[in-house]
Amino acid sequence: MLRRIEDKLAQGQSLAGEDALWLLQRADLLELGRLADAERLRRHPAGEVSFVVDRNVNYSNVCTCKCRFCAFYREEGAADAYLLDEATIFAKVQELVDHGGTQLLMQGGIHPTLRIDWFERLFRQLRQRFPTVQIHSLSPAEIVQIARLSQLSLEDCLRRLRAAGLQSIPGGGAEVLDDAVRQAISPNKISWKLWAEVMATAHRLGMQTTATLMFGSLETPHQLVQHLLRVREMQRQGGGFTAFISWSYQPNNTELGAELGAGGATGTDYLRVVALSRLVLDNIPNIQASWVTQGAKMAQIALRFGANDLGGTMLEENVVAATGVSFRMSQAELIELARDAGFIPVRRTTDYRVLERYPAPL
Amino acid sequence: MSTVIERVRAALAAGERISDADALALFESDDLLAIGALAAQVNRRKNGERVFFNVNRHINYTNICVNQCRFCAFAREAGDPTGYAYHLDQILRKAAEAQAAGATELHLVGGLHPELPFEFYLRMMATLKANFPQLSIKAFTAVEIDYFARLADLPVEQVIRELKRLGLDSTPGGGAEILGETVRRQICPEKISGERWLEVTEKLHQAGLKSNATMLFGHVEGYADRVDHLARLRALQDRTGGFQAFIPLAFQPDNTRIPEARGPGGIDCLKTLAISRIYLDNFDHIKAYWIMLGLKVAQVALAFGVNDLDGTVVEEKIGHDAGADSPQALSKDEIIRQIQAAGKIAVERDTHYQPLRVYPAPAENADAQTD
Repeated sequence: MLRRIEDKLAQGQSLAGEDALWLLQRADLLELGRLADAERLRRHPAGEVSFVVDRNVNYSNVCTCKCRFCAFYREEGAADAYLLDEATIFAKVQELVDHGGTQLLMQGGIHPTLRIDWFERLFRQLRQRFPTVQIHSLSPAEIVQIARLSQLSLEDCLRRLRAAGLQSIPGGGAEVLDDAVRQAISPNKISWKLWAEVMATAHRLGMQTTATLMFGSLETPHQLVQHLLRVREMQRQGGGFTAFISWSYQPNNTELGAELGAGGATGTDYLRVVALSRLVLDNIPNIQASWVTQGAKMAQIALRFGANDLGGTMLEENVVAATGVSFRMSQAELIELARDAGFIPVRRTTDYRVLERYPAPL
Repeated sequence: MSTVIERVRAALAAGERISDADALALFESDDLLAIGALAAQVNRRKNGERVFFNVNRHINYTNICVNQCRFCAFAREAGDPTGYAYHLDQILRKAAEAQAAGATELHLVGGLHPELPFEFYLRMMATLKANFPQLSIKAFTAVEIDYFARLADLPVEQVIRELKRLGLDSTPGGGAEILGETVRRQICPEKISGERWLEVTEKLHQAGLKSNATMLFGHVEGYADRVDHLARLRALQDRTGGFQAFIPLAFQPDNTRIPEARGPGGIDCLKTLAISRIYLDNFDHIKAYWIMLGLKVAQVALAFGVNDLDGTVVEEKIGHDAGADSPQALSKDEIIRQIQAAGKIAVERDTHYQPLRVYPAPAENADAQTD
């Protein structure tokens, strides 16, 4: 089986579902890593590892979705529910600019009342005040909610958001692209097809997005592989995914965690998924390592298992932190991390253009 | 393919040990996965698919220490309000908890307390042994043994003999840090020399006590210092055969006085474990100490030549005072799950690596269909 897969990779053929399933479940971890590392090198021969200076701004934690794996959301009216006002958001983005940041990742809950005019007004002001910051914001589930509340088609909603300043869309909320899994872990969240439709619409309008996977909750290996195949197929249909990001479900403080107990994905589980995503997603250029959920040590190891990007510096992060997992990394630490692993660290834009290289000190 | 990988592969195939120069070249190589594959091969020959763990409890009986090692965030000077020293009855209570929780081993280490007399430690051994004859007592680094000898003005051999007579079963192997003197002068100037650590350890082995060996890495030392450290351990093991496991300890920088050191990266941790497995051909076991590596990295290390995931621990203070973000304790079920998730067979062991119970991997997930 390994030989067959190696032959396919050598001939530039895409892997089939059964190849992927075998790699995920049966392949020797180091063999899998070796294949993914070779594929990473083929796609990124300069040996560069990139990152973006960014921050999350979670404009609200009020969310109608109440996903069972989430520790961040609050119901409207809860004592610690919040909605940030514009002045607070501007102050946070100013702080990002002061740190040389170029990407704003604004996400909230699926808010029950915020319509498109709230976002348009906000984005217009952000573009005007902070022209060097790319607004990389609103996951598909939020866009669907805004369209519904504003009685707009998805396309019209996206057109208006883009006209106001939204430039690209993060791939969050994909969880596992399978409705049986979604029913079990996030029953109120949009279906996988609707997630895909938002992304396809954005891509058609020329907007780039990323795609994500949250694994290690209730999905089977088959469903995990199917997720990768669905993302690959969307990309084939003219998709504009710049990167794929997987992270493992973090059980603390969540409804699902209380039911399943602690635990969750192990280190080898994570590396297998990173490596597999590099090999299956042969039409997506960048694979991110998630230091936010896995810690700096595991993120560095992932760079030898197919990842070529460390995501963002994340001046602020709240959603993962709500599960009690709180890793912090400075830009200098990200640079050292990549360099110590034998790579050339580079700071990039949201669309993966290199802004600055940090070659090894002589 | 880099030449050092080829050379090491050939040496292993011929059943030869690898040279110091090749160990150094492995540390300097970026080929993490090839190094890991070689280490996995060495480990498979020695241990098959079995990975050991034990159910133990750490008791750090005092944090007051006359040494002020710069890498340590645990030690306090006498008189410090956060200093503590357990009374014997507190130690007994913790031992009773451990026994009730199914522990087979107590792991007792502490600071070099300026006032507690040698008799205190003798009484600790005798009382623990009398109350908990089933618990194996793994206690006192070579640094402490040497300190007791000076405290009591007795030869080291006699200190060892008395502790052993009263109940000491094995020793844990801490205090080795980096054995080379240049590094030692920088990070732990008051601590006994590397030569003395090896001497005391040799006497422990001669007295019939097994020990482990540690190496604190990722601070100010270079790769050559690590290789020198490994070389000294390998040479001593050739003479005594008294080491059970080698345990590389990833330096944790928080709250220590080596602010310039960041601690090793994940790749360095895996390489160090793997190279140890390849180089220390006369050690049966390489242990991933999850307290300081983090659980995820420790579990991944099982694919890089490691065959021991340490224990359930409970109430570890030394690594956590230095910022380790690992949990305080792992349940036995969680350790087993971690080992099985790496595709290995979990084996609960006693102090001397005798299997107590085997936990083979659960039946393969039936979900093997695909479209």
